Amino acid sequence: MNNVDQPREHYLNADYGIKSWLLTTDHKRIGILYLLLITFFFFIGGAFATVIRLELITPAGDLLTSDTYNKMFTMHGIMMVFFFLIPSVPAVLGNFLVPLMVGAKDLAFPKINLLSWYLLLIGGLITLYSIIAGGVDTGWTFYTPFSTTFSNTHVIGAAVGILIAGFSSIFTGLNFIVTIHRMRAPGLTWFRLPLFLWSNYAAAIIMVLGTPVVAVTLVLVALERVLHIGIFNPALGGDPVLFQHMFWFYSHPAVYIMVLPAMGVVSELISVFSRKSVFGYKFVAFASVAIAVFGFLVWGHHMFVAGISVYSALVFSLLSYLVAVPSAVKVFNWTATLYKGSISYRTPMLYAFGFIGLFTMGGLTGLFTAALGIDVHITDTYFVVAHFHYIMVGGTVMAYLGGMHYWWPKITGRMYPEGWARLSALVIFLGFNLTFFPQFVLGYVGMPRRYHAYPPEFQVLNVMSSAGASILAVGYVLPMVYFLWSLRYGKHAGPNPWGATGLEWQTTSPPPTHNFHETPTVTREPYDYEALPEGGFDA
Amino acid sequence: MTHNESSVLQVPNLQSHFGDMAQQKESASFGMWLFLVTEIMFFGGVFCAYLVARLQHFTGFAAGSNHLDVVVGAINTAVLLTSSFTMVMAVHSAQVGRRRSIIFFLILTLLFGSAFLGIKGYEWHDHWEKHEVPGPAFHFDEPNIAASNAQLFFSFYFAMTGLHALHMVIGAGLLIWMIIKAYGGGITADYHSPVENVGLYWHFVDIVWIFLFPLLYLISRKH
Repeated sequence: MNNVDQPREHYLNADYGIKSWLLTTDHKRIGILYLLLITFFFFIGGAFATVIRLELITPAGDLLTSDTYNKMFTMHGIMMVFFFLIPSVPAVLGNFLVPLMVGAKDLAFPKINLLSWYLLLIGGLITLYSIIAGGVDTGWTFYTPFSTTFSNTHVIGAAVGILIAGFSSIFTGLNFIVTIHRMRAPGLTWFRLPLFLWSNYAAAIIMVLGTPVVAVTLVLVALERVLHIGIFNPALGGDPVLFQHMFWFYSHPAVYIMVLPAMGVVSELISVFSRKSVFGYKFVAFASVAIAVFGFLVWGHHMFVAGISVYSALVFSLLSYLVAVPSAVKVFNWTATLYKGSISYRTPMLYAFGFIGLFTMGGLTGLFTAALGIDVHITDTYFVVAHFHYIMVGGTVMAYLGGMHYWWPKITGRMYPEGWARLSALVIFLGFNLTFFPQFVLGYVGMPRRYHAYPPEFQVLNVMSSAGASILAVGYVLPMVYFLWSLRYGKHAGPNPWGATGLEWQTTSPPPTHNFHETPTVTREPYDYEALPEGGFDA
Repeated sequence: MTHNESSVLQVPNLQSHFGDMAQQKESASFGMWLFLVTEIMFFGGVFCAYLVARLQHFTGFAAGSNHLDVVVGAINTAVLLTSSFTMVMAVHSAQVGRRRSIIFFLILTLLFGSAFLGIKGYEWHDHWEKHEVPGPAFHFDEPNIAASNAQLFFSFYFAMTGLHALHMVIGAGLLIWMIIKAYGGGITADYHSPVENVGLYWHFVDIVWIFLFPLLYLISRKH
């Protein structure tokens, strides 16, 4: 707002030159490195999605051969899941905010933090290489024995790339857990932690416990391709369903790696833009942990038609329903937080509202897919595609963008342009629903996923979906443009443009290299807006 | 803050983002334990797959198991356990800050670890000679045993002992790093958590073997 608040020295101008970035151990700079890297991966994944939606405008498979189409949806899934969604909120916002929110100078292991960025970079480059060299056509799920025996594409390259990126995720999770346990400022007890930290902590538990399992699974897949051992190959006595168990043991909880930190963002946004403490703070905090724990017990719901026993399917179905309980607790508590709040419709809040609506749709359709009878009908149809895009894109990406707008002033010291930003939130919300709602219908009436051609009666809904995708693309490019614009022309933000309570707002924007000029002492609950003086935002 | 920064200058091994040595040491050790948890999950995946396959193809696995040399395996187990003992002595020496005995015990640990890898290599070579390595040349001739099931056993055998050996090699690298560090006087009674944490890792890799040995060599052995 005014130049007086602009600190003379901060982490961005503390040092210049490419080396000061590539060899930095400052968690804030590493957060920005992650931002650049995953934005790059996001646009690559988006390019594959564009090709997919172009192909599906017409019923005939006229743009791509079926082989190329297989590679397109595979690479779209791999890029988006492993190289964008999983690192998105934790590696960008979490990296930047976890030390600030606990009142520390850095994460517990700054060098390992930098290492984990390089691991994501190297893993991404190896995967990109396997794209350029000819692509992968197994689907992002690498189901055996197709991936191990029959596919003649670059499975090993992609598996190794994902394995390396997995270690990036493990190290990030490890760093968060140790930091939250050991580096909290004086007075910052567990129940004074912002909910963003609780949810990142829960996600970190999944990263640490789940990722090694998919790592060893991919090692076995690669070994099986190279050495022709038969652990997952039925022709050699192996068990392909075993692969599915091991893969989903990680990859279902991985959905919660994506969505838990996003829920943490939403808790922060709802609270600050309704000027109220989060309703039922402890319930929301423990709901995060409960989702992390239950999340490990539900992987079998991906395998209802894979020949698992009816009894285990029943148990997995029941447990999957149980995950809905803590998820619903969160949605109800956010709604209750709004009640009688002093609500302001700033951009981050619009994204938060978008998250709640779309996540609720994604969550409720998750109950359809968790129900044994219905799942048999909708397995491998567009219903499932729509369901998980509502969670991952409608949920995680909305919250990620909401968080980026909310903390942008802290990261850069500048405000984004409010009008354009509100427009982007609206465009994304509309574009998203137009893209993916028709896919629920398509799946329910029987259009299977992963085909490049389809019967003509599905065309109207597919054209709607492709039209929505182009609107969605505009919505994603808009923030790119005005964020860059704001770096130079945005208003100076001042330390606390939102009048928020978190520790990260008590230091300057952008923060100094060591975050705080004096180590803060915490004496209050988080979100204690009643104790703050009346008044709204500076910006 | 000025107070804090001057204390940074006084404590040579304290990284600037920690408040004091105790916090740094606790964080490092907590981080190592967490990392070992991830390792348990990593090996846990293969152990689980092994048990599933073993239940499905019990006779083949039992027959394959009988083709492992239990005497060599037992000797190797003893070698590895001895290396764990010398590691304990190295950690103890580090805690009391005796530079020469740290180096001595670390080198001993490295030697025992290398001996383990050497013996393991000998066993692998032996299987290669006997055409017990999975692949087109695999040969397994016993009445009433499907060769493919025995081959699956050997697939697991090589995958599991191979992953374990990879961890041993990484451990050997860490030991060399610690020997160099201790040689340069970098390990003292006040600052020895690197040796302690390498010790934790080394013991963990030993414990993995303590599970591998009975699973692969001992259970349902006929002779």
